[in-house]
Amino acid sequence: MTAPAGGFMGEPSADGRFGDFGGMFVPETLVPACQELDRAFRSAWGDPGFRGELDRLLRDYAGRPSPLTECPNLSSELGVRILLKREDLNHTGSHKINNVLGQALLAQRMGKTSLVAETGAGQHGVATATAAALFGMDCVVYMGTVDIARQELNVFRMRLLGTEVRAAETGSRTLKDAVNETLRHWVAVADTTHYCLGSVMGPHPYPWMVREFQRVVGEEARRQCAEILDGGVPDVVTAAVGGGSNAAGIFAGFADTGARLVGVEPAGGAAVGRAVPGIVHGSRSYLMQDEWGQVLEAESISAGLDYPGVGPEHSHLAATGRATYEQVTDAEVIEAFSLLSRTEGIICALECAHALAWVSRARADLAGRTVLLNLSGRGDKDVDQMMGILG
Amino acid sequence: MTEAADAAPPGGTEHGWGRLESALRDRRNRGGKCFVPYLTGGLGDDWLETICAVAAAGADAIEIGVPFSDPVMDGTVIQQANDRALSEGATPQSILAEVRGASADIGVPTAVMTYANIAHHMGYERFASSLAEAGISGCILPDLPLEEVGEWAACADAAGVETVLLAAPTAPDERLPRLCARSRGFVYSVGLMGITGVREALAASATRTAARIKAVTDMPVLVGVGVGTPAQAAEVCRVADGAVVGSAIVTRMLEGAGPDGVAGLVAEFRAALDAAHS
Repeated sequence: MTAPAGGFMGEPSADGRFGDFGGMFVPETLVPACQELDRAFRSAWGDPGFRGELDRLLRDYAGRPSPLTECPNLSSELGVRILLKREDLNHTGSHKINNVLGQALLAQRMGKTSLVAETGAGQHGVATATAAALFGMDCVVYMGTVDIARQELNVFRMRLLGTEVRAAETGSRTLKDAVNETLRHWVAVADTTHYCLGSVMGPHPYPWMVREFQRVVGEEARRQCAEILDGGVPDVVTAAVGGGSNAAGIFAGFADTGARLVGVEPAGGAAVGRAVPGIVHGSRSYLMQDEWGQVLEAESISAGLDYPGVGPEHSHLAATGRATYEQVTDAEVIEAFSLLSRTEGIICALECAHALAWVSRARADLAGRTVLLNLSGRGDKDVDQMMGILG
Repeated sequence: MTEAADAAPPGGTEHGWGRLESALRDRRNRGGKCFVPYLTGGLGDDWLETICAVAAAGADAIEIGVPFSDPVMDGTVIQQANDRALSEGATPQSILAEVRGASADIGVPTAVMTYANIAHHMGYERFASSLAEAGISGCILPDLPLEEVGEWAACADAAGVETVLLAAPTAPDERLPRLCARSRGFVYSVGLMGITGVREALAASATRTAARIKAVTDMPVLVGVGVGTPAQAAEVCRVADGAVVGSAIVTRMLEGAGPDGVAGLVAEFRAALDAAHS
């Protein structure tokens, strides 16, 4: 593994690259908006006033820091010491709120009056709708019609919060198509509207900015691990990867350590597993596509991971070997979801059950090791679906 | 390699212009306005005949859309055309092969419009040479803005393919000369801040943006996105050198108007431009 100058998970190059990945592949009509956002984020992120205000919101509104939970029952069952970073306990029930509060605060600083966002499972949509309500901003969320049907509760939550949910009815009618619709919407209204993108994807500066807003997860976990591991770090840090924001957040706290970083993808949405680079939604990254470059539809039990691409920094971490990416099947995910419920009394989101599914499969290799797992969200939204499967 | 890159592109003139730019300049030099319709490649059984009919009906050049699964700059009409063509089995290779077989019959320069991943997946060098071999003069990849176009544009230049760049209403003054310097064929002045599709009226930004671009370049400046009727095309050509019309034309294709029906609409655009600017 060759570490780039400045180490892993620092600032991207001036042209928004992490190694060979990233960039700003958007039509000319969106270039000024992306450049404006880049300037605004740089200025805000270097401003102690902005940082202080965001820290205050994360503490008083979102409930940070989130706890680190030892799992004695699960650990004894698997023979692996497992520590859970409890992002499921944040306000709105997932790590998504970290990024959204940062972007909403930034949007307000930029003088924007509206937010627009895409959502898959609805967690990012709910988080964005929440921030819009808090900041008094108008909000539109695009969601694929397939996802609207399987995540009814989150659709209602968004509407309750005052957000307009619009159906993305083209293509596979899931997250990828919701991103397309959001970009189409944004281009016409970028002067008044901030695109609150939910993951470490999209054109520069989003992959960098969203990772920085999620870095708090990794930094807290690093301190919390040090307390219980006598100043040490876990052997393995793992998280589920769709676009990859929760993984980027927790990896960022450990990129400069010897901890092994493992991202876990759904087998039906394994952009990194297939390792074919492509260009879609503003950046160059690994992308599931057919022999002609048409983007394929991802298929996963978890709506939040139904995305055929992956954030460009994950492609870079994979290409350089700093992180590895494993794939798990829906059946393994269902088993892990049940296992955590039964052993620790924690019903987690199907997304993070992917990470646990890998730990469970690799338990022989991980025997006696300490694994930090980002429990990125709670499972309330998935209970209905699981009742149909496990009922 | 260097010599090849320095030479005039295949089909180019002594000025180094490619076929696309030469044809558009020629129309302008004769006091006319350029009309460039966009047609979705692979849409229906008669799309190639439709292209030939449209050329005969007065198009100065033709944009051929190569369908992509995620066309973020396109509105519902072109999305629908993309989806239908893809479901009918259209691929970049099938479209290019058919154009190659018919390029003598088409008779006017053509440019492919698609998205970067189609070219990236085939490899920029191979995609550029495939276009040249098919007799296609130009290429428009809207998700390669100025900052990202370099690698592709070098391959296109080497293959003699003219890379047309877009210029947006929000482009700052300092950006326009750089865009024009890198563009080949013509400069695609985006009519409004939004996606492709027919609008009730021409946006004020359409003529304003074209005027700003014309002030910094001698290259033909054509306005596209939001130009949907012959009257709107004539209106924008009070300032611009021409108009690109996609959704209005593709709507006719989707309705099954056939080669004659689509050519009839193109003839209306031609007549409107000739009447307003003769």
